[in-house]
Amino acid sequence: MSVQQPVASDHQLARLLQIGIVLEEVVEARAGEHAKTLDVTDPELEALLDEAAAESADHRDRLEALIDELEAETIPFEQIKELVAAQYEAESDFDGVLYDQLCNEETAYKFYDDLIGAIEASDAAFSIDRDRLLDTLSAIRDDEADGVEDVAELMEARE
Amino acid sequence: MNTADQYLKAIYLVQEQEDGPASTGRVAETLDVSPASANEMIGKLEERDLLDHEKYKGVTLTDEGIRKASDALQTYCIIERFLHEVLDVEEFRHEAKQLEPVIDETVAERLDTIIDREPQCPDCFSAEDDACALLELEVDAAD
Repeated sequence: MSVQQPVASDHQLARLLQIGIVLEEVVEARAGEHAKTLDVTDPELEALLDEAAAESADHRDRLEALIDELEAETIPFEQIKELVAAQYEAESDFDGVLYDQLCNEETAYKFYDDLIGAIEASDAAFSIDRDRLLDTLSAIRDDEADGVEDVAELMEARE
Repeated sequence: MNTADQYLKAIYLVQEQEDGPASTGRVAETLDVSPASANEMIGKLEERDLLDHEKYKGVTLTDEGIRKASDALQTYCIIERFLHEVLDVEEFRHEAKQLEPVIDETVAERLDTIIDREPQCPDCFSAEDDACALLELEVDAAD
């Protein structure tokens, strides 16, 4: 248990980035599962899920580039896809899918926001450039904020 | 998980181990903080009606305190199990402690979608082993 500075070493930073990658993989895999289970054609929702999956893949690449510099390993996407599929309970209606996507985006936003806060509060010297690290995480966090807005708008339009 | 929730979880586990009120000294020791810091936070939690503090006896969580502590413990269990099952981290207890301040409940809920957790969680958490008792069995079985 710890109430101390949370990000104090390269190892801890790498672990948190690894968790970020898994979260992105979960988003991407769940978007894929939703798209598979939708039994009615809905171009707007399909486009949203495609976009969410593509954005997560892009975030993964950016996080992986950071992790490479810390010489840590990442968890292969195929492994996470299998885990998601094993536990996945199909959402049969649009509201369920949209709500899940909203949770995905909000969770990711919260994760990056907390991580940025923890890094900024830490005076640890990482072997990765701190500005580049914070710039990358801030850009990803902004994407997540936009994502929350997109899903919320679509939800409102459907009400 | 914020600092208040970390305290509630620690008190909950110390109470369980001591089978009675948690001494502030044990709480401070568990959290690796000074007794003065522990006393300050305990005072704040008492103001929020999350615990009762009786001098020389220790602290006892209220029903609301127990509910919040149980949620915090569940978040911790998810982090431990995720580290162990998905990331294959050997030192999952140690790392879960380091990570819990920066992993929020909502984030843990997403991680929970890819792990196997029993419905009785967090009641199966063993304060003594600092891990889920069921997870411990799996570790032992794998040895």
